[in-house]
Amino acid sequence: MGDMPILRINALTKTFDDFTALHAIDLNVHDGEFLAIVGPSGCGKTTLIRLMVGMEEPSDGAIWLRDQRIDEVPANKRPTCMVFQSLALFPHRTVGQNIEFPLKLRKVPAAERKARALELLALLRLPEDYYGKRIDQCSGGERQRVALARALAFDPEILFFDEPLSALDYRLRKTLEKELRELHLRTGKTFVYITHSLEEAMVMSDRIAIMRAGRFEQIAPGAEIYARPSSTFVAEFMGEVNLFDVSANAGDLTLSGRAAGQFSGQQGTLMIRPESLRILAPEEAAEVAVSGTVTAEYLLGSRIQYAITTAGDKSVTVEVLRENGIDGGPGTPVRIGCGASACHLIAEA
Amino acid sequence: MRGRERRLGLLYSLPVSAFLALSFLAPILLVAAFSVMPPKVFSLANMPDFSAYGEFLTQGYWRSVAWSLGMALAATLILFVLCWPLAFAMAKVFRGFTLVLTIGVVMTLFVSENIRLFGWVLTLMKGGLIEGYIRHWTGVGYDGLLYNVPIIIFGLVYVYLPFMLFPLAQGISMVPDDARQAAYDLGATRWQILREIELPLASPGIVVGSLLCFVLSAGAIAESKLLGGQAVIVIADEVETAFTYGQNWPLGAALAMVLIAIVGGIAIWGIAKADLDAMIGRRR
Repeated sequence: MGDMPILRINALTKTFDDFTALHAIDLNVHDGEFLAIVGPSGCGKTTLIRLMVGMEEPSDGAIWLRDQRIDEVPANKRPTCMVFQSLALFPHRTVGQNIEFPLKLRKVPAAERKARALELLALLRLPEDYYGKRIDQCSGGERQRVALARALAFDPEILFFDEPLSALDYRLRKTLEKELRELHLRTGKTFVYITHSLEEAMVMSDRIAIMRAGRFEQIAPGAEIYARPSSTFVAEFMGEVNLFDVSANAGDLTLSGRAAGQFSGQQGTLMIRPESLRILAPEEAAEVAVSGTVTAEYLLGSRIQYAITTAGDKSVTVEVLRENGIDGGPGTPVRIGCGASACHLIAEA
Repeated sequence: MRGRERRLGLLYSLPVSAFLALSFLAPILLVAAFSVMPPKVFSLANMPDFSAYGEFLTQGYWRSVAWSLGMALAATLILFVLCWPLAFAMAKVFRGFTLVLTIGVVMTLFVSENIRLFGWVLTLMKGGLIEGYIRHWTGVGYDGLLYNVPIIIFGLVYVYLPFMLFPLAQGISMVPDDARQAAYDLGATRWQILREIELPLASPGIVVGSLLCFVLSAGAIAESKLLGGQAVIVIADEVETAFTYGQNWPLGAALAMVLIAIVGGIAIWGIAKADLDAMIGRRR
């Protein structure tokens, strides 16, 4: 992945009548990276991808592809390509004809087109005899690969994906997530992937951009966003989380050692992931500790999750390995805690 | 249970099937039988004779067939070109207005075809609405716009517009927006999207609309009589003349059978050739 941005978005704004879908956003996509743009429904991610591929015109701002401003270039003249949510394969054409379609438009000779289609079938691990198959003879996963092959056919500079896995069943989705990641590594292309699934984004991408209400909340590698979210929205969006207002909720949390030095008297929210907390033995010390009563327990395969209510009536979630679980069910008094390094202070206005 | 339902279904469909057989097949069989009777007989109790078909070839009736088919083809092509943008707008662009447009077009069918065509005669004739006003205001008149082949084709286009418009709109609505957008994203121009994506995927509507218009236009008579003033004689006119003034039922029947065979053959060939399922990718 190169450091040089292949795509630059400057103060991009999109309004529909009196509704603003994107508020002057900036984004740099690096050459060869896999960037996932994640956010809840209606946050503007689909509008953003449609602007990036040229299906919509921005109300303000600019999009640059390397040194060329492309926001006024029509979609069919841009060296980019999108894999649609519905895949948008052409049902009246065979697999081979679908893959060759962009090459035919560019007047590539038939023999060369076929050679490229067969090469892409091999790259996507589809048998050669799929070349003549009809689209309705392909399974969901195979159609996915055909759509990818078609998108790669004319060697676009950037490949955009608009939630292409969202309609697939869980097992197939998991397989294709890994295949997509592998394909990215093998082709070295720049992938920009829109999804509402954080899990998908975490598995596949180099960086994740979290969107909310037409703005980016945070853009960073997945691990960094998970461990050090910039806002409580991002913290909660990235998975289950325990949030403590350190300035107002000292009664619930007991801070000692490094934690007392780092967080006492600070303004903000202390974030602790459920898997960072552990059940403390009766006299065991911890830099961050909280007492409460177990109100519910949920078995998650090899792990177990407890809902604990503190004296201040705050609900805390703890997730531990089953062998480290507590003896006794709901109603059991318990102390939980963690080290200061497992906590992250979110200083929000 | 399924067998019982099937038997019940067959039983329930029996009255309609019998009605269709009587009302559709019986007249055709009767006409077919009369077509092989000797000239100017009014009974089927005669020895079969193919002289009426011979007359079709020798008396130049094929010209009427050619005029009918030619004008039907022209009207169908014009209707297709004319209706495509409107049908596209109805299927993809207009929202509530599509219903208004549909009601407007359907309402024209509430008025008899002959009355509507007479309206055009009064509008286009010498001294009619257009020529009359022009002459009144400018002092210069002309011979009117009636009694020629283009005006017959205009009449066919005018009368059969709904039969092309609605199937076409239905066909276009079957083209997924994503497929058009994907083609555009892959580099297709507007023309390439039309040729490579929209026309093939809308083909069921195109085939149905074209066949309806062609078949109805090929058998049409009022347009050539009222607007064309029999500038050319269409085959339906020849059939009517043979059955009425000519009192030659076998000739009329033979001409009708030729028309049925040609139009039916074209329709069956069109449907078979079109292979609608394959066109839209549903072939098993």
